[in-house]
Amino acid sequence: MSKMTLKTEGDLYVVVTRRFAAPPEAVYRAHTEPKLIERWMLGPEGWTMPVCINEARPGGRIRYEWSNGKGGGFYLTGEFLELEPYSRIVHVERMHLPDPTPDNHVETRFEADGTGTLMTMRMTLPDVETRSQMLATGMEHGMEASYVRLESVVEPELAGSQRRSQ
Amino acid sequence: MPDLDTAFNALADPTRRAILARLALGEATVMELVEPFEVTQPAISRHLKVLEVAGLIVRRAEGTKRPCRLSKAGLEAIDQWLGMLREALARNYDRLDAVLAQINQEQMNPEKGETR
Repeated sequence: MSKMTLKTEGDLYVVVTRRFAAPPEAVYRAHTEPKLIERWMLGPEGWTMPVCINEARPGGRIRYEWSNGKGGGFYLTGEFLELEPYSRIVHVERMHLPDPTPDNHVETRFEADGTGTLMTMRMTLPDVETRSQMLATGMEHGMEASYVRLESVVEPELAGSQRRSQ
Repeated sequence: MPDLDTAFNALADPTRRAILARLALGEATVMELVEPFEVTQPAISRHLKVLEVAGLIVRRAEGTKRPCRLSKAGLEAIDQWLGMLREALARNYDRLDAVLAQINQEQMNPEKGETR
């Protein structure tokens, strides 16, 4: 289990890395095939993805809709710019909450790393303000409340699911 | 609940984020905040005003001093919105681990994979 990292780079970038115990082809497919995407890209616990449109070709559309089953929901739209199977995806996306957020330009790379994959997702925000807003949770300054909460929430659950799957 | 736009704007400044990080350790007066930041007292006071209007901090009167502390409601509102990205991603990738393990199993053991 490798921890996700999420950090800033320069003024406009947010870089997320994560290792997976599967080859790049599998990780790439899990990012481009709706049947696979809707099994994991669900956000917080309890949410589902009733609409998953992913036209994995340059110019192809992306539309994901999430629902919390209680009438709450939001959606994301986007377009693919470049795809290099099984190593690189470039797309633009925005959330609708319901007003659209500024466009987030995303490059996702999948590199073989031993028997697994190192995924590097670089998000480019349109301006430093937008990024500051995204990052205002204060992670650069060590206010790691959501971090700590996340760990306390996720880890027992992971330990539980690992036990269950054994 | 404070207006999120005002709150995000207030947070789009490194000194104000640093002030919040300091206040996360506990209440502080303006003078106590001036010390570590190498910023003038009027400048700190202006930053505090912005944070107060944004609902991120609250101040109380104690004689002539007005100590500041984090506002729970303000920070929770922001935290909720901003935590979404990190938390959603981390959870998504944990789920993706499971999906990848299943893909792998189906490839290694196609029959078992299909009768699962």
